[in-house]
Amino acid sequence: MDLNLSTEERQFRDEFRAWLDANVPRDWPEWREKPLEESFSYLRAWQRKLYEGRWAAVSWPKEYGGRGATLMQQAIFWEEMALVEAPPMANALGLGLIGPTIIAFGTDEQKRRFVPKILSAEEIWCQGFSEPNAGSDLAGLQTEARLDGSHYVVNGQKVWTSYGWVGDWCELVVRTDPNVPKHKGLTVLLVDMKSPGVEVRPLRQMTGESEFNEMFFRDVRVPVENVLGKVNDGWNVAVSTLMHERGSYGARLHLIFKRAISRLIELSRSYPRGARPGSENPLVRQKLAQCYAEIEIMRLNQLRAFSRITATGIPGPEGSIQKIFWSELNQRLQQIAQELLGPYGQLEKGDPCAVDNGLWAYGYLRCRGNTIEAGTSEIQRNIIGHFVLGLPRSY
Amino acid sequence: MQFGLSESQHLLKDNARKFFAGECPMSEVRRLMETANAYDAALWSKMAEQGYTGIIFSEEHDGVGLGAVELILLMEEAGRALLPGPLFSTVALAGAVLNETGSPEQKKKYLAPICRGEARATLAFAEASASWNPADLRLESSSGKLSGEKLFVPDAAAADMILVAARDGVFAVEAKAPGVSTQPMVGMDSTRKLYFVRFQNAPAEKLARPEGLARGLDIAAAALSAELVGGMQRTLNLTVEYAKARKQFGKPIGMFQAVQHQCADMYLETESARSAAYYAAWALAENTADAPAAVSIAKMYASDAARTVGNRGIQVHGGMGFTWENDVHLYYRRAKASETALGDATFHRERIARLVIDAEPAFAKSA
Repeated sequence: MDLNLSTEERQFRDEFRAWLDANVPRDWPEWREKPLEESFSYLRAWQRKLYEGRWAAVSWPKEYGGRGATLMQQAIFWEEMALVEAPPMANALGLGLIGPTIIAFGTDEQKRRFVPKILSAEEIWCQGFSEPNAGSDLAGLQTEARLDGSHYVVNGQKVWTSYGWVGDWCELVVRTDPNVPKHKGLTVLLVDMKSPGVEVRPLRQMTGESEFNEMFFRDVRVPVENVLGKVNDGWNVAVSTLMHERGSYGARLHLIFKRAISRLIELSRSYPRGARPGSENPLVRQKLAQCYAEIEIMRLNQLRAFSRITATGIPGPEGSIQKIFWSELNQRLQQIAQELLGPYGQLEKGDPCAVDNGLWAYGYLRCRGNTIEAGTSEIQRNIIGHFVLGLPRSY
Repeated sequence: MQFGLSESQHLLKDNARKFFAGECPMSEVRRLMETANAYDAALWSKMAEQGYTGIIFSEEHDGVGLGAVELILLMEEAGRALLPGPLFSTVALAGAVLNETGSPEQKKKYLAPICRGEARATLAFAEASASWNPADLRLESSSGKLSGEKLFVPDAAAADMILVAARDGVFAVEAKAPGVSTQPMVGMDSTRKLYFVRFQNAPAEKLARPEGLARGLDIAAAALSAELVGGMQRTLNLTVEYAKARKQFGKPIGMFQAVQHQCADMYLETESARSAAYYAAWALAENTADAPAAVSIAKMYASDAARTVGNRGIQVHGGMGFTWENDVHLYYRRAKASETALGDATFHRERIARLVIDAEPAFAKSA
């Protein structure tokens, strides 16, 4: 056990820190306030810059434009990004989930065709997994692909698609064989979103925004060479993508949470509880301290998971505890913010009395989705029960 | 950077697990908890031979010279075995405080017999106020002698030497000295006996570096957190085994999601407590600036989580979990005693608040 940075890790950090110092845009705080439709080209340009510095996907192997960074180096990367409040990258799903899946399962031709443009943000990717009748039971999905000569013909509907409105390509899970057990009849297709028959509609969520989309596929023709992995082996390909989702995401979240608790502590010094600031109220102190501690434990769980994955080579089902931990922690954190701010907590963006321009009202509503998106807490607990603890399957 | 155990750390932990399983199985735990002081001289000698009684003390005092990380790995395994007797009190509590507060001569005098397995010790800290804050202590020395009362002193009847935290320093008192009387307190954890200790003009030796008390207590709190982790792990293992074997409605109850989710939460809580305890130990070993906060985070989390894991474990065991013969309640009792020892979660949350809320504004920038 040694939590000090190694020489290589320190070199990696120093090199990236110097690069960021020279390249990170200073005007992001102004852009951040704008809707994503307006700021998206800004985020594309930022990713392009990282790509040119070979910093866009540090975790990827060197031959695909990455740096073959260890998990610890990846954690350092995100920490440095957070420290300078760097903007996010435009092609988040392509870089984090879909690119690694193409590298793992793709043909040489697919890798040559798709990987460089994921890195450079020339082509933005989205993920077509969930359907109206296939959420937790993803393998029960119904979007079908029928072979017609050298093409698959796709019909069906997907939902909860991030980046659907701006996606150039989609990692789409479809049913290619309806006559076998549900996990065995799925295939992953790489679909050009400009194909005739693809329709994308905004999905308005309870926060009022449309972060996600619905996608409709009507007789969409996809060439057979765009099958990722083997036909009817799509479940394995999709699960690999989901493992990336559960494994690496937590690394940057703890920094976001740490910033949030720092801000809450700051606010507690000015928001009164009775005659004194909240920061002097024993109950407020207890709650802030609990939240601070849990954020630190989330970081430590992540570091231990990294060490374990480094030793075993694969992100295992243990990653499910990270998903449960961060999503439920954020809901507790947002509730503490509401308690601290009292009636001010409900004020949304635009109200002159709103705290941090409605950030906490938004956060309170948005965090309800945390225990649902990327695998519900219930599904994560099933995964731990069966795959980690070895309890018999419940379904 | 790597948060896994080194090869030698793995080895130490595995050996400790095998040692406790072989030398102190649950039948032995149950036998010892029915005795007056839960101390077994033969078991103690074997632990000394393994180097456990000297694990963190310098080789010049016949110790093994390992660090806080190795100590908590040992305590985790002791916790898993529900080891009765004064190993925690002697090594992780009194020993750690002695090591931090004694002069070289005092360490030689008091630590060397502990390392060799010849002596046992404990720390008398809490008073009637039951506070773990040194600022709340009332007992004071007068012309080198101590008079007053200490409560909740673990394993005092097995101790040869009692360290006493007082307003004006830390003192070493021979347990058999005139003016020292110990009386058992009937706590719910009978594997670790608690005592009411009275001092009446008891001769005492003042230790040289009282400022070391805080770090000594932090080492003890990290060790106790790790011990709780071991107990949580055992409770989880027993519960999962039971959920696989017990059938109702013709199926193992572990097939039902209501049961699976209890077990999943036990796993999450156990792993999280372990992360926090390991980090606290590393921070103490490296003497990092955040070590006190790391210790409080570990003790706070483990104090609450051990109770919760126990609740879930007993619930999943159903009626079996409520019987005396089932072992889960023994861990549940230990968890309650350890929850309040060295400060409960509320105490440590307030300590975290002092460290991070009151220490402005450096913290706000550190994210």
